Amino acid sequence: MSTAETTASGVGPVEGSGELSGYSPDNPAPVIEPPRKRTKKTPKSTRGNFEMAAWLFMRLSGVVLVVLVIGHLLIQLVLDGGVSKIGFAFVAGRWASPFWQVWDLLMLWLAMLHGANGLRTVINDYAERPNTRLWLKGLLYTATVFTILLGTLVIFTFDPNIR
Amino acid sequence: MPAGTLYRGREGMWSWVAHRVTGVLIFFFLFVHVLDTALVRVSPEAYDTVVATYKTPVVALLEYGLVAAILFHALNGLRVIAVDFWSQGPRYQKQMLWTVVGIWLVLMIGALYPVLGHAAREVFGS
Repeated sequence: MSTAETTASGVGPVEGSGELSGYSPDNPAPVIEPPRKRTKKTPKSTRGNFEMAAWLFMRLSGVVLVVLVIGHLLIQLVLDGGVSKIGFAFVAGRWASPFWQVWDLLMLWLAMLHGANGLRTVINDYAERPNTRLWLKGLLYTATVFTILLGTLVIFTFDPNIR
Repeated sequence: MPAGTLYRGREGMWSWVAHRVTGVLIFFFLFVHVLDTALVRVSPEAYDTVVATYKTPVVALLEYGLVAAILFHALNGLRVIAVDFWSQGPRYQKQMLWTVVGIWLVLMIGALYPVLGHAAREVFGS
């Protein structure tokens, strides 16, 4: 048996409610600040929205990469004799067109950043000691910057008449 | 050991594992691939010599594996986007995974001849 007073709706009487509470539109109850509201005293967040931006970037770059990479695989491995036709002359022919230069440049940047962010997540998940995380991420970022710069340089300075 | 305490996951967990593994493998290949392409700035001969290894039967098998990893990662990535952004996504995540596996299988059968044909001719004679 229930000992508490209950109303038909199943909600018990609320203390301080009703006409005896003393509060009215002319005499409102004092405002209680929501516990997690940001005020002037709240320390400034140092992290910003980086993780959310990274999450969104993975999805946006992913959609673009599906098109760029599958197109790349078709051209390099499937059409016109597959891998057998690839050589310096084939590369020179494709990079003679700005369209394919932009295609490859965009693919390089998006794939490297997408992959680097993926590996950053993997390191965060499995490397537990702060020192290990620091070194692995340092290695990752160094290799990523190096590869993006090298690839960009190669696309922009490619010379079909190198010899 | 009490029964049923070891979490073996289901479609959701195993697709997550496969997405990670394929992602890491593709990223490592990407480093190598940018480096080998950079040889076009050294000399045509240097580039053609390295690309010749890409045409050997053993590496052709690795290329087929690369295609497998990329196609799964691409298709499952689209499924992840659907789970995140489509209101019915989480409800249909299993059906979408089996759709991904189905499309992947069809594409892998389609890639068999273009990617491995030249290797088969070399190994078994044409």
